[in-house]
Amino acid sequence: MIRTPLRPLARILEARQKGENPDAIERENKRIRHEQMRDASRQRAEGRLLVLGVFFFCAFTVVGARMGVMATTDPTEPRAAAPGSVISATRADIVDRNGNLLATNFETHALYAQPHHMIDPQGAVKKLMAVFPDLNEERLLRDFTGKRKFLWIKKKISPEQMQAVHDIGEPGLLFAPRDMRLYPNGSLAAHIMGGASYGREGVHAAEVIGVAGAEKYFDDYLRDPANGNKPLELSIDMTVQAASERILYGGMKLMNAKGATSVLMDVHTGEVISAVSLPSFDPNDRPHAAVTGDASDSPLFNRSVQGVYELGSVFKIFTAAQAIDLGIATADTVIDTSGPMKVGGFRIGEFHGKNYGKQTVTGIIVHSSNRGTGRLALEIGAERQQEFLKNLGFFEPTPFEIVEASGGKPLLPQRWQELSTVTVSYGHGLSSSPMHLAAGYSAIANGGHKVTPTLRKQSGPVVGPRVMSERAAADARAMLRAVVTEGTASFAEVPGYQIGGKTGTADKPGPRGGYLEDTVIATFASMFPAHDPKYVLIVTLDEPVETSGDKPRRTAGWTAVPVAAEMVRRVAPLLGLRPTVEPDSLADITLSSSN
Amino acid sequence: MRTVLYILTTFSVIGLAFWAYRENYATQQALSDADDLRYEIREAYSRLAVLKAEWAYQNRPDRLRDLAELNFDRLNLLPLHPDQFGSIDQVSYPPLPELPLFEITDGVDVSSMEAPE
Repeated sequence: MIRTPLRPLARILEARQKGENPDAIERENKRIRHEQMRDASRQRAEGRLLVLGVFFFCAFTVVGARMGVMATTDPTEPRAAAPGSVISATRADIVDRNGNLLATNFETHALYAQPHHMIDPQGAVKKLMAVFPDLNEERLLRDFTGKRKFLWIKKKISPEQMQAVHDIGEPGLLFAPRDMRLYPNGSLAAHIMGGASYGREGVHAAEVIGVAGAEKYFDDYLRDPANGNKPLELSIDMTVQAASERILYGGMKLMNAKGATSVLMDVHTGEVISAVSLPSFDPNDRPHAAVTGDASDSPLFNRSVQGVYELGSVFKIFTAAQAIDLGIATADTVIDTSGPMKVGGFRIGEFHGKNYGKQTVTGIIVHSSNRGTGRLALEIGAERQQEFLKNLGFFEPTPFEIVEASGGKPLLPQRWQELSTVTVSYGHGLSSSPMHLAAGYSAIANGGHKVTPTLRKQSGPVVGPRVMSERAAADARAMLRAVVTEGTASFAEVPGYQIGGKTGTADKPGPRGGYLEDTVIATFASMFPAHDPKYVLIVTLDEPVETSGDKPRRTAGWTAVPVAAEMVRRVAPLLGLRPTVEPDSLADITLSSSN
Repeated sequence: MRTVLYILTTFSVIGLAFWAYRENYATQQALSDADDLRYEIREAYSRLAVLKAEWAYQNRPDRLRDLAELNFDRLNLLPLHPDQFGSIDQVSYPPLPELPLFEITDGVDVSSMEAPE
């Protein structure tokens, strides 16, 4: 680069000759040079700005384009997932307490059509009708030849049907993969399982959602992808459930009942080993809910938790246990049960107008005396009675883990006065479900601790808060045993498994208030083995009538008790209970004497 | 000196570019292998699920009960009954196997007299 000197000698000399100031030349040259420098630096700065501008433009274009691409494409899983993380897209299985499969998934396909891709819509309709005779031919033809671009034809098809549709060879008929919920045991434990259905549906996949029972209650757990290979373990024992269902079904038919339910509960954990409600249904093909008529006539009605009825005399044991717990009476306290007894203007009578005279508390339970329990309840008082029943869980729906359970809210007297105290003491005026009753009896069976019914498998005993003393529970158990050995439940004697229990026969309320003639709910609430109870079994028959005698018999002693006894005989060995000899009550001997 | 540095830098850039190119393809290959494996695992899982469902379906209590009833002549299967529980002393020990006895019929005298020394 040639730099022009600031004081070029030729011009300086020339200027000196002319007598001009040579500094002016230098200043002039400096000015020119500065202008050139300024121009150059401006150009450079402008160039840099341009480059920077282009750079930013490109960067923002890339970001914008990437955002656009991400927004318009389908999401995909990152290919390089962290090793060891097992994520399953399917709904988790449900297994029983021994790991037997109760609900699983099955891959199947749905059939859909894109009529604008069809070559021969009329022919396709004819051939489809041959494969699926239940389709509506006219409607299908209208859809295929109309303006529709997409329609579902079948939600679930079998592999054979899929092959048959394949063989039609119509490019407009397409298959969408589907996960189907499968209950391999059919109607077994149908009310517990509930059922599943499809939620949002797409061509590539569809959501499987629970619609009832445990499927709905545990929906969040079952749908969580992290639980895909961790099946949900229930407390149900499949074998026991199957045996119970069979025996209860036989019993229901034999006793001409229109419905039946049974609950078998572990008294130490509150685990429900089996819960049957008949009539039943197949959760693989769940029927539609009835819109008209009585809800309890539908097979979907779960009698064990939704069947809220007055359960009758089975409640008497709670009154007796509380009286002993409070020290009002002992098992041997004599109470006059003779009439007349009037409370709040109402006469309290006995079954068939009997009169049992003077009875011990045990005698009251054995003979099922309404007046006797009523008098005990009057001693206890309304407040303490309410408190006791509340502690046993009779005031709230059971926390049993199926959605229907929350609907089984007990019906309580609106004003709990003296009359209510007396009627509730023998099981009238308070309606509850068999599940409530099972929890209440479990508290007596396990020595006085509250039991919360649960459907989840427990790892060990669950000890709830104490609701009655050990002594009161033991005395109540002895009374329940006496009901079987000398009282109304004599049919419940099963050799080897000493059953203790209480019968209850309650008139059914009519649809317009009052009670119906000749329709009863017969209940037998029992525990076995009575000297050291492990399980509580509640059997309830809806409108049973036993017709082997001269007159039709409806009491629980003739209907529910034989069914329960047969169930214990059949189920106890399956539960691993070995028959035992009942220990005699120890003779009162003096171990040491002191003088 | 500077030229050498430039040449070395250029070569190392070429080398690194080549390495990155190969690594890229190796990674793609590994990812696609992993994808294939995952696909196989998924297929195996779904086959397993079908087999499990089939097993549960074939072993459903209704079917087993019907089979037991159909084949009662041959199997004599009845529901478990309380009197089928036994105690351990009710189980008889199998008879001890008799020890084999040999009769000595053809005795052989053994002597070391003629053994080579």
